[in-house]
Amino acid sequence: MGMTEVPYFTTRVDAVAAWGRKNSLWPMVFGTACCAIEFMAVADSVFDLSRFGAELLRYSPRQADLLIVAGTVTFKQAPILKQIYDQMPDPKWVVSMGVCASSGGFYNNYCTVQGIDQIIPVDVYISGCPPRPEAILEAIMKIQHKIANPKTTPSAQFQVKEPHFDY
Amino acid sequence: MDASALLETIKSKHPKTLLGSQDRFGVLEVSVDRTGLVDVARTLRDEPELAFEMLIDIVSIDYSQYPEWRGDRFGLTYLFKSLAKGHRLQVKVLLPEDAPSVNTLCQLWANANHLEREAFDQMGIRFVSHPNLKRILNHHEFIGHPLRKDYPITQRQWLSASQSLMDEMEPRLKEKGYT
Repeated sequence: MGMTEVPYFTTRVDAVAAWGRKNSLWPMVFGTACCAIEFMAVADSVFDLSRFGAELLRYSPRQADLLIVAGTVTFKQAPILKQIYDQMPDPKWVVSMGVCASSGGFYNNYCTVQGIDQIIPVDVYISGCPPRPEAILEAIMKIQHKIANPKTTPSAQFQVKEPHFDY
Repeated sequence: MDASALLETIKSKHPKTLLGSQDRFGVLEVSVDRTGLVDVARTLRDEPELAFEMLIDIVSIDYSQYPEWRGDRFGLTYLFKSLAKGHRLQVKVLLPEDAPSVNTLCQLWANANHLEREAFDQMGIRFVSHPNLKRILNHHEFIGHPLRKDYPITQRQWLSASQSLMDEMEPRLKEKGYT
């Protein structure tokens, strides 16, 4: 950026907005199991989520734009998760953290949802049980990349064809 | 009090309701007819030399796929402990498949309320004169009893709404003095 001649530069409004959004993600953790404990490690000073501008954890969905689903989601929890996702203002992104949230994990039984993509759309899945903090940081970076490059990354979020909730 | 003395004491109080006894890994287990369960339980709690003031757990069992089983389909095992005397006891009740019901122990041990609700929820056992016999773990829209052997383990049920627990919370708040 040449500051020698003229003290300004040109850009586009959506690029500035995306730059602002990606560097100040406000995550909300939907923590239901041990993945939420692992997420606490990401927020601490060793791994330091604030290096990516995402340190301001919100516990109200109305103030958050990044939903991190950390843990097993049961069928009893499913309407609650859907309601929380609906309460978040646009634009919003979803990270499915760990195998339980992504696919049900080893809870192949009568009470566990086999992946939160049956309830809400998901942007990034993280494998692991629980994932390493580095994996969560990479998921944050993938979200940032997705926000900054809307044309080169798939804009559509992953979700099953017929989700079970339409209210 | 050791196992043989325990058995003699119970047998002298209830000779007719006691169906049998055996040793379960060092703990005495007595089988009791289901109609006499409450009387036996009251004796266990109130008799000074027995003094079972603690109900540890209620285990419900489905024997329908149990190898070489000829008894009734359902079983309940009550685990008691005496803090004062330091001894333990199991009480076994068998319940038939067509009417798996037994009298409640809520009036004797307060924690039997939640334990019996769990057995009702997961195994479908009815507890007669229970004050609040409804599901405790599963959603109120859930159909069936998932720990029965004939419930398919992967049969999942989508539920439409989150459950309000205020019908239990409000009497509880009133009871504690919060209006």
